[in-house]
Amino acid sequence: MSTATEFQAKTRTGRIADFVDQRVGGSTMVKEFGRKIFPDHWSFMFGEVALYTFVILLISGTFLTFFFDPSMAETHYAGSYNPLRGVEMSVAYASSLDISFDVRGGLFMRQVHHWSALLFVASVSVHMLRVFFTGAFRKPRELNWVVGGVLLILSLAAGFTGYSLPDDLLSGNGLRIIDGVVKALPLVGTYISAFLFGGEFPGTAIIGRLYMLHIMLVPALILLMVAMHLFMVVVHKHTQYPGPGRTEDNVVGFPVGPVYAAKAGGFFFIVFGVVALISGFFTINPIWNYGPYDPSPVSAGTQPDWYIGWVDGALRLMPGMLGNFSFEWIIPFPWGANTLVLNVLLPALVPAIVLLGLMFAWPWIERWVTRDDREHHILDRPRNAPFRTAVGVAGVVFYSVMWAAASSDLVATHFLVSLNDVTYWLRALFFLGPVIGFIVTRRICLALQRKDRDIVLHGREAGIIEMSPEGGFSERHEPLDEYKRYRLVAFDSPDVVPAQPDAVGHISRAEKRRGALSRLFFEDRVAPVTPEELAEAHAHHGHAAVEGGEKAQIGH
Amino acid sequence: MRDNMGDHSHGGPNDTGTVAKAGPGPLDTFQDPGLPPHRKRLADTDPRAEKRAERQVAWLFVISIIGTLSFFIAYFVIGRTDSISALRTQNMLLGLGTAFAMLGIGVGIVHWAKTLMPDHEVSESRHEIRTEADRQDAAKIIGDVIEETGIKRRPLIRNTIIGAIALAPIPAIFMFRDLDRTGATAGQIVDRLRYTMWDKGVKLVRDPSGTPIKASDVQIGSTFHVIPEGLSETEHPLNEKAKAVVLLMRLDPGKMNISPGREDWHYNGIVAYSKICTHVGCPVALYEQQTHHLLCPCHQSTFDLTQECKVIFGPAGHALPQLPITVDSEGFLVAQSDFTEPVGPSYWERG
Ligand code: HEM
Ligand code: FES
Repeated sequence: MSTATEFQAKTRTGRIADFVDQRVGGSTMVKEFGRKIFPDHWSFMFGEVALYTFVILLISGTFLTFFFDPSMAETHYAGSYNPLRGVEMSVAYASSLDISFDVRGGLFMRQVHHWSALLFVASVSVHMLRVFFTGAFRKPRELNWVVGGVLLILSLAAGFTGYSLPDDLLSGNGLRIIDGVVKALPLVGTYISAFLFGGEFPGTAIIGRLYMLHIMLVPALILLMVAMHLFMVVVHKHTQYPGPGRTEDNVVGFPVGPVYAAKAGGFFFIVFGVVALISGFFTINPIWNYGPYDPSPVSAGTQPDWYIGWVDGALRLMPGMLGNFSFEWIIPFPWGANTLVLNVLLPALVPAIVLLGLMFAWPWIERWVTRDDREHHILDRPRNAPFRTAVGVAGVVFYSVMWAAASSDLVATHFLVSLNDVTYWLRALFFLGPVIGFIVTRRICLALQRKDRDIVLHGREAGIIEMSPEGGFSERHEPLDEYKRYRLVAFDSPDVVPAQPDAVGHISRAEKRRGALSRLFFEDRVAPVTPEELAEAHAHHGHAAVEGGEKAQIGH
Repeated sequence: MRDNMGDHSHGGPNDTGTVAKAGPGPLDTFQDPGLPPHRKRLADTDPRAEKRAERQVAWLFVISIIGTLSFFIAYFVIGRTDSISALRTQNMLLGLGTAFAMLGIGVGIVHWAKTLMPDHEVSESRHEIRTEADRQDAAKIIGDVIEETGIKRRPLIRNTIIGAIALAPIPAIFMFRDLDRTGATAGQIVDRLRYTMWDKGVKLVRDPSGTPIKASDVQIGSTFHVIPEGLSETEHPLNEKAKAVVLLMRLDPGKMNISPGREDWHYNGIVAYSKICTHVGCPVALYEQQTHHLLCPCHQSTFDLTQECKVIFGPAGHALPQLPITVDSEGFLVAQSDFTEPVGPSYWERG
């Protein structure tokens, strides 16, 4: 225990560092992390943006808590915004106005908080898309994918609870919609609504309750999940894109100290700077224009925050009546009739369950279909996993149709078409869009893969037209150097795995289904070029100069 | 499917050449050429370029300092202001100052890293997340721990502790019963959704002024946003208002399709309908005079006034409830009774 006494630090900083080191074992940590390798790629930035915007939310949100008062008691506004002076409103709304008009920099902080909230949810989403389309969720990272999914849901919860706090007309209207959806839940809806609002809507309890969730419970859960998420990133080490020198057994990139830390740390300030710039120039949520919450007025054309749009859009797409048939299904029971509000329940729950369910289950679905139980640390280029890319695009299309539906009225007025027609089209796209998206995407991926093969076999088009001695014109093709070539040929192309009999020679129904899915996904496939094929192609085209050309390229 | 893939490379009709055969053996794949040779940057070889990069980085940090200073200028020079336009300017300058302060630091550090710090890519090997030896050790430890508790040999203890642990959290769920602060019983919670402030003889008054409405004030084409008289004196005006708001319009009685039992719910073509959308509760605020349609701006449910506000488009599942009205002795519009069905969104017990 006392071996360290032999070392005597010479400088003051050295002595302090040594003091801490002897008590917490800092040297071990520095050894572990100081030169840890992180691969670098622009698409790895989205996760960082998510983390940094969350930090900005913590900072700006904490500032807001010093001035915000979540009470729903009635008050008469007496602040410096003239048009609302004397108007009856809740203390929560009045304090949000005070933050905007009577706390210097308060408006700026509200803007920073709201803009970084929008950016936070956006970056979490894009980060998830990146992970999905590159196959980074595969073994051993499945659980981290799940943690990421939970983070996405929590970020929506944080956004929604925050949006409701200022108690302006729009946020109250949002709560009213939530109340309507909650009431539609069979058996328990009426009571959950009463418990949530502390009685009848809107009551005087909801803002205080959401406030607790918004500044304590949800951020604490997010923090916990972020900690787990990053812990797992360290355990797994980062994935990397395929390329020369990159294998399943190594990780190639920059050491944390100094380059990676500098780039990542500097990036935090860049994100903060961009958020500040947007907040300075573009007003978001000008609550003073909306007025206090009142159940009677509403303004058309107002939009919820973007991440709520898809649920709102789903609500719009569902028809309530088909002719004289109502989706409010009144079920006669011996004790009286009960109502199953399918026109609200179906759109509010089914798309969310389908999307989120598929999202959480996807790593296991893919593992089951491909029967691939290997670890994967090398990412797929999206085109090299056409089936997955196609499924992902189908999901994105599904989401986007609902999202577009949330703006159906704006689409209609902007393009001067009938609102009803826009809705009918979107209803059709809701079902057809994902299928079209799947088919088209897979075709595009296969075409891109074939183009890659072409490039490997015949080289890149150099943009130079040559005339042959016979007078024909052709474009010169430049051969690839071996590094560029390796990038294009180093990938796995999963093959159909037909249904397999089990130990006693029986093929189960589930296994048959798996076989069918496997055929759907992998029947059409493009395999990487093999060395043999390349040699053949060269012989065929008589490219004697290929080798020489390559040498010249490696030279510099 | 395979033949229409349009493969235009190599191989005969039976073998497109794009399908891998057998498992990819080592000879089937390209050799990894290893990391590409490192390329030096200008600043690595040219001391002048290095010096230049150094100055650029320092300048970026200076820009940050200027940004921070300009934040203070916006904060103190504009100071506290009552004017919206000054506030906007202040907000913009605070944003600009902060943006420069942050971007200066951020871009400066990144530029420093990119131009002056070593940019060699390095390779590090991955380790097994769990080694077999560790697994065996851990399994043994867990086995020993369980063995020492003796839980497997003592089912009495095991079963009682499972029972106790399963029961213990249940009070925590019941604790939430009083989240409803009104003290209402389960029956009352359901029941109160059926009733609003409207009652026999309650005057229809304008929202928000509270002035009563004479039948003669209501012309064809006009719309009144209506609340019950005495709303603001109630204990929870917003709660009452959220159920009781009404739209008042006048129609040519010849255009109205009236169902049996409702013949006297209107007064000379003046009709009152709940303003709370039966979909999920937004106020139905838009009245299109020509078509006699009421439109909810939230999800575009459309109700036809000439058909007793039946749903003709959108996600709402039933018509807007009608408030039976008449006039009192002075000619003011009053309610005949409460609504005859619950207003607003549907719920399980609505029936
Ligand atoms: C975790 C992610 C978070 C998200 C997505 C988020 C989102 C939001 C949004 C959209 C608003 C409405 C802003 C507006 O007024 O326009 C809001 C308000 C607010 N947030 Fe957050 N927030 C987050 C975390 C936090 C944290 C950690 C705190 C405090 C520690 C906080 C404190 C507040 C306060 C006090 C308000 C009300 C201020 C006002 O409306 O003027 N937030 N939040
Ligand atoms: S609330 Fe009226 S259409 Fe949804």
